[in-house]
Amino acid sequence: MSILLDRSTRVLVQGITGRIGAFHTRDMLANGTTVVGGVTPGKGGTEAEGLPVFDTMKEAVAATDANASIIFVPPPFAADSIMEAADAGIRLCVAITDGIPAQDMIRVKRYMRRYRAENRMRLIGPNCAGVISPGKAMMGIMPAHIYLPGHIGIVGRSGTLGYEAAAQMKELGLGVSTSVGIGGDPINGSSFRDILELFEADPDTHAVVMIGEIGGPQEAEAAEYIRDHMTKPVIAYVAGLSAPKGRRMGHAGAIISAFGESASEKVEILREVGVSISPTPAAIGTTVAETLARAA
Amino acid sequence: MDIHEYQAKEILARFGVPVPRGALAYSPEQAAYRTREIGGHVWVVKAQIHSGGRGKAGGIRICRTEDEVYEAADALLGQRLVTGQTGPSGRLVSRIYVEGGQHIARELYLGFVLDRKSERVMVVASAEGGMEIEEIAETHPGSIIRVSVEPAVGMQAFQAREIAFALGLDAAIVPEAVQAILGCYRAFEDLDATMVEVNPLIVTEEGHLLALDAKMTFDDNALFRRPQLAELRDKSQEDPRETRAADRGLSYVGLEGNIGCIVNGAGLAMATMDMIKLAGGEPANFLDIGGGATPERVAKAFRLVTSDANVEAILVNIFAGINRCDWVAEGVVQALEKTPVDVPVVVRLAGTNVEEGRRILARSGLPIIRASTLAEAAERAVTAWKNDRSHRSQKAVNA
Repeated sequence: MSILLDRSTRVLVQGITGRIGAFHTRDMLANGTTVVGGVTPGKGGTEAEGLPVFDTMKEAVAATDANASIIFVPPPFAADSIMEAADAGIRLCVAITDGIPAQDMIRVKRYMRRYRAENRMRLIGPNCAGVISPGKAMMGIMPAHIYLPGHIGIVGRSGTLGYEAAAQMKELGLGVSTSVGIGGDPINGSSFRDILELFEADPDTHAVVMIGEIGGPQEAEAAEYIRDHMTKPVIAYVAGLSAPKGRRMGHAGAIISAFGESASEKVEILREVGVSISPTPAAIGTTVAETLARAA
Repeated sequence: MDIHEYQAKEILARFGVPVPRGALAYSPEQAAYRTREIGGHVWVVKAQIHSGGRGKAGGIRICRTEDEVYEAADALLGQRLVTGQTGPSGRLVSRIYVEGGQHIARELYLGFVLDRKSERVMVVASAEGGMEIEEIAETHPGSIIRVSVEPAVGMQAFQAREIAFALGLDAAIVPEAVQAILGCYRAFEDLDATMVEVNPLIVTEEGHLLALDAKMTFDDNALFRRPQLAELRDKSQEDPRETRAADRGLSYVGLEGNIGCIVNGAGLAMATMDMIKLAGGEPANFLDIGGGATPERVAKAFRLVTSDANVEAILVNIFAGINRCDWVAEGVVQALEKTPVDVPVVVRLAGTNVEEGRRILARSGLPIIRASTLAEAAERAVTAWKNDRSHRSQKAVNA
């Protein structure tokens, strides 16, 4: 098993006819993902990458029975595309797009609350690398070959730092059940806590690696969840030890603006609830191995 | 994107927020002349820089004659003002704002921020204005009023009224306060701001409300739909290297260390900086060249990093996903052949086609120090930097 997606997930690509959308559609197909079609307004009735293209998400869902979508739409239109997916009955939406205005994301989050919790779409991202269940399927832009299939969940804000963790783990023979990039924006669809809940409930995930960074309250929220509900071991690394206060480190969300948002404060909060801390970004793999050995 | 105080006041005034009479000046003559336009007997000359803490740094001067205004403007213009927030190099003062002096009865704090926890706009107010909000939170935590705005309908008048009464304002000026608070909120929402701060918001002895200072920060991601704001950008207030990087699609933050970093991905870039620090070095910069680490981007990144005179070693750390390592390696080789650098360069490649990428680096014959893991890369960069430094000082002694 895995969380969020597997072979049975039926995926639509929003923005399939763009250069980037087309490129990653080929890659997702090559990695076993069941991609069933795409949406680009005005290009309905055509084909892209051998798949049918539709004008609207509702049409696409009706014709393909899709339950998931991945978004490669440019930032000015991306929030609209996310809401269109939610309204079309999509259950899992992965937004890759980087650069969506913060107020658009506030609107998206508010819009999604019109659906009852059990019918609500789960949004991953935006500004993320996506989700991969190695050996099964991927909705994202990651290099699939660096992940070994296995039993460790990965959740992180950063794409390439997540790759770093997966590669270190593969080197030690440690495989991944699912890896989730929640994105570097200040307002995002799913938090660390949301994903930890899924990993806790997944019988096939035995431990979770959490890769945080400076800025925002989500690592502290995750720590509360870990303390109160998590039975599986959690290993964490928080990037940005050397980041100065008040400067934005690339990600819109990576800025220390309040107490508890620096890397060292987050590390302390996580350590207090029993999380194994990887002291350096180069020791993520070995920290996982040691933690598993202790738990066994 | 940040803007100047005078620009923020112009914007807020359009949204119905009362501001004192004032005018901009680029020269001492102009500043002195402005006093006649503004009228009154007391003027405040305010350095326009993108930073808080101007008062303590001497950037705000109270003047009682036209001559004093002239002298204050003369002293401030062209100076680099160093405040608690600017760093040691300070910010250049190239414009000043002259404002009519006010009789202050009370100083309040009013701020609007994006609250990441509630994912809404949060209004923050306090009866203890005039100091930084962090300071208020520390010394008078009980005085802070927080109101969160429901995004579907926006801020309501009753919420502004609740804030006004909680601030202990006289019933007679509550309507003025409601107008000011709602005006700030509308400016925040209509212009895609991420922060609006009026500090202090004053009550004058005459019983009126005025925004005595104003700060606005806008969402860079929304500037595409706010062309009128893009025009307000003052590049002279930004780190020139950061500006040059941003104009080239790179994300750069200049720091104080000696080891230049070229990395793809913001998280990995921060992690690389952390590794350098743990290995005993200090990073000279944060630099994310983005997911598409094309040879052109790598070349641009090299030019940017080497333009910092403090850089004494360079660490390239690329985890190639979609971009293959061989491609990135070619970019590194091209960049170094075109513009040779006289500091040690450590390159760590990982991910797709890593073997081919390493072969290209080896074949190039360039003095590139190769590393295969993140730990190795940081250690080699710090060692190379230290060796090169002692070597250089040795050379200097011999010469």
